[in-house]
Amino acid sequence: MPVYSKKVMDHFTNPRNVGAIENPDGYGKVGNPVCGDLMEMYIKVENNVLTDIKFKTFGCGSAIATSSMVTEIAIGKTIDEALAISRNDVANELDGLPPQKMHCSNLAADALHAAIEDYKKKKKK
Amino acid sequence: MEVIYLDHASSMPVDPRVIEFAKPFLSEAGNPSSLYEFGQKAKQAVEEARKKIADLINAETEKTIIFTGGATESNNLGIRGTAFRNINDGKEVLASAIEHISVINPMKDLVKNGWNFSQIPVDRYGVVDLNSLKKMITEKTVVTSVMYANNEIGTVEPIKEISEIVHKNGKYLHVDATAAAGRIPIDVQNDGVDLLTLSSNDMYGPYGAGALYIKPGVKIQSVMPGGGQERGLRSGTENIFAIAGMGEAARIAKQEMKNESERLKKIRDSLISKITKIDEAYLTGHPTQRLPHHASFRFSFIEGESILLNMDMYGIQIATGSACSSKTLEASHVLLAIGLKHEEAHGSMVITLGRSNNIEHVQKIVKSVEETVKRLRQLSPLSK
Repeated sequence: MPVYSKKVMDHFTNPRNVGAIENPDGYGKVGNPVCGDLMEMYIKVENNVLTDIKFKTFGCGSAIATSSMVTEIAIGKTIDEALAISRNDVANELDGLPPQKMHCSNLAADALHAAIEDYKKKKKK
Repeated sequence: MEVIYLDHASSMPVDPRVIEFAKPFLSEAGNPSSLYEFGQKAKQAVEEARKKIADLINAETEKTIIFTGGATESNNLGIRGTAFRNINDGKEVLASAIEHISVINPMKDLVKNGWNFSQIPVDRYGVVDLNSLKKMITEKTVVTSVMYANNEIGTVEPIKEISEIVHKNGKYLHVDATAAAGRIPIDVQNDGVDLLTLSSNDMYGPYGAGALYIKPGVKIQSVMPGGGQERGLRSGTENIFAIAGMGEAARIAKQEMKNESERLKKIRDSLISKITKIDEAYLTGHPTQRLPHHASFRFSFIEGESILLNMDMYGIQIATGSACSSKTLEASHVLLAIGLKHEEAHGSMVITLGRSNNIEHVQKIVKSVEETVKRLRQLSPLSK
């Protein structure tokens, strides 16, 4: 059992922005239930700014906490600012993750980026 | 908040009666190899413990019991010590697919030295497939290892039938009884066991002691040469406190087993009937041939480490076979061996009851499980 920081446990216990958005401007999904982690991100964008993000996550404590944290960091940021959020940024904001969790359960930034890519693709059409 | 401890398979509180009994050996000096008074007292304590352990498993004599530092060491001595000693009889070893890692890894290590190692499949309840075993055993199979009962899914193996098959063609049957000893009756003579592993802490005894039963006539050698203690099979000054405590723990376990297992069975069965009523919740392991204190489950759409953390918020401590809570991040080999898919194996929860639990706990446990499953499913993209 990994030892989690207080912040991780806070976001696990009271995750922010859980759920789905109907007709989202972007949708991203990363991970795989076979590996034990699957994340879905929904985003709303107005004037190039992320106005709302919702997520659903299947996975361990750090998978849920990183999902919650990335939504908190990214809401209110511009698309470019959000794309610059890295996995390490999310882990740092949570006061760190156990080393074995840094790779497998730290997919939240990827999920957010996937949702933004989806938004960009839709916009081009 | 009242804490309900439900993870007795991973660690047990030491019985206060055991501590009281063994306390003198913690503070006073005395090497059983020394001739002065306390040395001899220590020696007596070890011999008395040996008798109590032999009595728990109905061994032929107390001489069949060798004390070790724990179950991992007993498994290593039982497997490696017989494999190397009987090298001229063949270089094949077998183990069930659901053995503890401290059985599987010594066998994998033998492969590096030229042994063949195969794993015997189990059915969906975790029972060793006897037909496969019949086909796999050859006259070169020096050691076959099957656990008395599984720690993760609670299934009790048909050891007597397995012994008959093993002894038709192969040589020795090693049985890891860590999860079963002190919980259900074990009779090494009636079951036809050649080597049996026991752990002190898994019977409410102190950490740092284990034992290996070695049937008279079994050829075995030490795996750790030294001063020749324990008939030359386990060198090193004896851990008197832990050994004396383990003996007393075995005595108490035998004395209280019948009543305690009946009491725990009621709690177990109540938990199983209520928890399996939850949508997409399933019992893992055998429905009837299982340890009296063991209730294990899997839940679809959610992950075990999250279940563990969430239950902890209610003050309830459980275990999981989820990959995400293990050091290796690999899915439980036990759950995969009983045919679960990886995504199913992730959502496991293991409850192992003990003396501190009572029937009044059931309501709170079940309610906490229901709420945990509900909350995590609300978070999960896999839920319907």
